[in-house]
Amino acid sequence: MLVSTNWLSNYVDWNELSIEELAEKITRAGIEVDGIIDRSFGMDNIVIGHVNSCVKHPEADKLHICQVDVGGEISQIICGAPNIAEGQNVIVARPGAVLPGGMKIKKAKLRGEESNGMICSLQELGIEGKLVPKAYAEGIYVLPNDVRAGDSALTHLGLYDRILEFDLTPNRSDALSMLGVAYEVGAILSKDIKLPEISYTASAEKAQDVLKLSVEAAEDNPMYVAKVVKNVKVAESPQWLQNTLMSAGIRPHNNVVDITNYVLMEYGQPLHAFDYDRLQTKEIVVRHAREGEKMVTLDQVERTLHDYQLVITNGNEPVALAGVMGGANSEVYEGTTTVVIESAYFAPGSVRQTSKEVGLRSDASTRFEKGVDPNRVAEAAERAAQLMAELAGGEVLEGSVMFDELDKTPEKIILSPDYVNNRLGMKIAMDEMKTIMDRLQIPTELINGQLVMDIPTRRQDLKIKEDMIEEIARLYGYDEIPKTLPIVESTPGGLTPYQSKRRIVRRFLEAAGLSQALTYSLASPKDAQAFALETAPVTKLLMPMSEERSILRQSIIPHLLDAATYNVARRNDSIALYETGSVFLGIEEDGLPKEVEHVAAVLTGKWVHHAWQGETKKVDFFVMKGIVEGLFEQLGLLERLQFTKATVEQMHPGRTATIWLDDQSVGIIGQVHPTVQNQRDLQETYVMEMNLQSIMQTATEELLYEAVPRYPSISRDIALMVDRDTSAANLEKIIEQAGGNLLKKVQLFDLYEGKNVEEGTKSVAFSLTYFDPERTLTDEDVVKAHSKVLDALTVQANAQLRS
Amino acid sequence: MKEQLHELKEQVMLKIQESHTVKELNDVRVAYLGKKGPITDLLKGMGKLPAEERPKMGALVNEIRESVTAILEERKEILEQQAIQKQLENESIDVTLPGRPVELGNHHPLTRVVEEIEDFFISMGYEIAEGPEVEKDYYNFEALNLPKGHPARDMQDSFYITEDILLRTHTSPVQARTMEVKDGAAIKIICPGKVYRRDSDDATHSHQFTQIEGLVVGENIRMSDLKGTLDLLAKKLFGAEREIRLRPSFFPFTEPSVEMDISCFKCGGSGCNVCKKTGWIEILGAGMVHPNVLEMAGYNPEEVTGFAFGMGPERIAMLKYGVEDIRHFYTNDIRFISQFHRSEA
Ligand SMILES: [Zn+2]
Repeated sequence: MLVSTNWLSNYVDWNELSIEELAEKITRAGIEVDGIIDRSFGMDNIVIGHVNSCVKHPEADKLHICQVDVGGEISQIICGAPNIAEGQNVIVARPGAVLPGGMKIKKAKLRGEESNGMICSLQELGIEGKLVPKAYAEGIYVLPNDVRAGDSALTHLGLYDRILEFDLTPNRSDALSMLGVAYEVGAILSKDIKLPEISYTASAEKAQDVLKLSVEAAEDNPMYVAKVVKNVKVAESPQWLQNTLMSAGIRPHNNVVDITNYVLMEYGQPLHAFDYDRLQTKEIVVRHAREGEKMVTLDQVERTLHDYQLVITNGNEPVALAGVMGGANSEVYEGTTTVVIESAYFAPGSVRQTSKEVGLRSDASTRFEKGVDPNRVAEAAERAAQLMAELAGGEVLEGSVMFDELDKTPEKIILSPDYVNNRLGMKIAMDEMKTIMDRLQIPTELINGQLVMDIPTRRQDLKIKEDMIEEIARLYGYDEIPKTLPIVESTPGGLTPYQSKRRIVRRFLEAAGLSQALTYSLASPKDAQAFALETAPVTKLLMPMSEERSILRQSIIPHLLDAATYNVARRNDSIALYETGSVFLGIEEDGLPKEVEHVAAVLTGKWVHHAWQGETKKVDFFVMKGIVEGLFEQLGLLERLQFTKATVEQMHPGRTATIWLDDQSVGIIGQVHPTVQNQRDLQETYVMEMNLQSIMQTATEELLYEAVPRYPSISRDIALMVDRDTSAANLEKIIEQAGGNLLKKVQLFDLYEGKNVEEGTKSVAFSLTYFDPERTLTDEDVVKAHSKVLDALTVQANAQLRS
Repeated sequence: MKEQLHELKEQVMLKIQESHTVKELNDVRVAYLGKKGPITDLLKGMGKLPAEERPKMGALVNEIRESVTAILEERKEILEQQAIQKQLENESIDVTLPGRPVELGNHHPLTRVVEEIEDFFISMGYEIAEGPEVEKDYYNFEALNLPKGHPARDMQDSFYITEDILLRTHTSPVQARTMEVKDGAAIKIICPGKVYRRDSDDATHSHQFTQIEGLVVGENIRMSDLKGTLDLLAKKLFGAEREIRLRPSFFPFTEPSVEMDISCFKCGGSGCNVCKKTGWIEILGAGMVHPNVLEMAGYNPEEVTGFAFGMGPERIAMLKYGVEDIRHFYTNDIRFISQFHRSEA
């Protein structure tokens, strides 16, 4: 909403304040003033000029040499506008003027001819092109005959005006009119407001005698008022009206249309003007459209209507889409002499639906959608009739044609001062509350210690007691509310164990060198199920904005790979990222997808890089595996963690494993398939994804201290030749089973295959630690246990011992 | 012989001075004091001396031997010191060379902000409530006083899965769910999480973003409690000198509704580009829980009141760290993420 402060002054006197103070007060009271526009843009030296003569420039087809009377002085000005002509009154920017675009006007020579300024269009004065009357949209603006050369053009155009830009919250539709704004400003400043006085002399002829009305859809149209004005002369509006409309962001058309728009902005009541003669039937019938019925709207588009859309008809065919757009067949034009003014209450839902379908949200439809003030419907029609009499020479017929089933009784709200104060944490006296209601012009009585308020229909946002608390608080001032802290039955607060573990996981992964990524939950069909830990139906959006983001992800890996590719493409070739977040699997009984929290990571490039010491190590499977192991250790689950070789789509068949927690598969780990790496422009890349939720929900044993060993342990190393396919885990299992109670730890410390080793075999070395908490071990004890291990390896793994 | 001895001593002294390493010095010691050395020879030759001279000469030889030994030791110490000195010089390094980096990852900036806010409210006795990102229309809208047909719930603005299920547009449904579960008991929670709106991504819009909302419900919860709480939060997030102000606003689920501004942390209120010359920066929305919302969750609004507030960690991070484009938070450019490495006390 654009509020011209000049226009506002007609209704409320705010001039004791600076405009900045006014804006600040309005903002603090609840309507945010987003900006203040000075329509003069600080311009100066812009005057009215009279074109005494206008001849073609000898050297340029499109230029004219004009002799312009700028007030007691004739100036030669070259003008390139197509519509310049002798005898016009025009806007002249004289040398020294600075236009809003920053253009400085100077004396100049154009193709050899002197030019002492510029004849301006409205656009050049900073008025948006869409607001400039169509006749002047492509050229200079021409002023009426009754102006005087040399006067300030800015004054004449009403540009010494400042506009408050309101950013209205949806509840404050009352401020979508100048009168509504006046009530608000009046309340804020504790000032009375001046409402328009409506008076005109009606002709003896009665509206009822020339127009019939029937409303066949009272639910969507509970009130319809029509007035008839004869002998109207359609013409350009007086300058002040055009100026006022442009200040409100509306383009002037002709006096009849301009008057309806003026009243729309003044009262917040949309009006429509029909050409009475073009209606042809002397009749208005409001009804729902017939399914498939057609009409051509003002914008010359033929529309096919639906049976729930409300239309105004002449009894035969639609002449307007109610509250949304008029029809081309009944539009007011230069030849119109008799006008029907329509003022109605159209149901908000009905207008909203139609305007959305038609794709047209206008100043009118937005107001209907919010619900107009029932008590202003008839008054607005009268106001328009008055202005048509005054400004278009019309003759208003006596009375109105009216259908009225609209409830106009004010709501009653009863409020006790305690109720208010208990909710604000304040002590405002009842009298002060009453004063605030007076300022808001809400009729209020004090009965038995309560405020009994009749809420005017213009404030449709005030429905319950809490709404009135807000009115009191905002006008009393939020700064007056003290600062206290809530006293609630005390709870310990804090993170749940699950939430704490989530933080532990993040801290660990970050300590391990991975940074936290945050990617989108919505994925493309191609990525939605890639790398998923389980197969489940996908969750799709009904109306995605793009295919790229149309399905809820079932794995985090694809987006982490995207992030890796993004970074690699920007020459950050070493990437270590992780993410925790939800994936969405199938549908639960309550209709919602199963949301499971996962953790995923991606590693590519170098893991260790210390250039000047010549240390560089590329990431590999075991870096990622170490991270997973470390994470499980943090959570007290390391003993229960296992990896088995696995085949997963889009992963390297030889370098991928399933991650097991006890006998539950909780994730995958491995290298991305080289083909996929290529497609994604990545070098060797490793990923993992785990069901974090099940891991974090797994109960762990309580942490208990284990005695620090009092006796020394003894270590023995073994080196073995085994089949290449024999897994380290298998060998460890054999050693652990054979080693007995004394064997405390098995650690693989060497692995070799290739040169000097028979093909199909590999050399593995383990370090075994023997220990007895009760005594110092003897060599004998160890030899006994160790030889069992060696035997078992030879028999069960076909291992050859190397000396 | 006496002369011979003195000559010898002179000779040894010279040799000792000429020794520049411990080894050379050792050679001198062996050469003069060793079994085959001249002093030993002299001692051996003492037998030839007259008996009365022997003790005198013996004492002299010993004296010379001792003094040579002492000088040798002295010299040895010096040479050893020099050797160590030399070694240390060789071991010297360029301390200005880069250190071996400790490769730590770091929090996403939004997590940083979220955890800071979480920890603040935990310290005030709040719990953290979480809920599904895919929600029922009922919890996302209806239970929050946004009945079907309400203009604020246009299908165009939300990602619907079916008529009744959508990606939550705020974390308020967690509040609605919590109230339902608490069944009339007092509540003090904050609800962080991802939310989704049907917006095109640009510098200030993201179809996915994060939110933190808070809810306190109980007997005699007042707007002054909301103001006090938000005041502490503002000071925690943006510095102890921050002032807050409340402005009336509108949200369907609160009444009265307010927006909270903080005094500009850059200019302190005198006006700058961060606060668009107003001295104030809009931070969050809040209000007293709408009676309809309480009622729908089974609370009696005549007896129980509550306040709620909601903020965007993206906005807070953008203000705190001067980030100009919201898309940075979701691009995962490590040149961006790694800037949030530093820990803050
Ligand atoms: Zn500032």
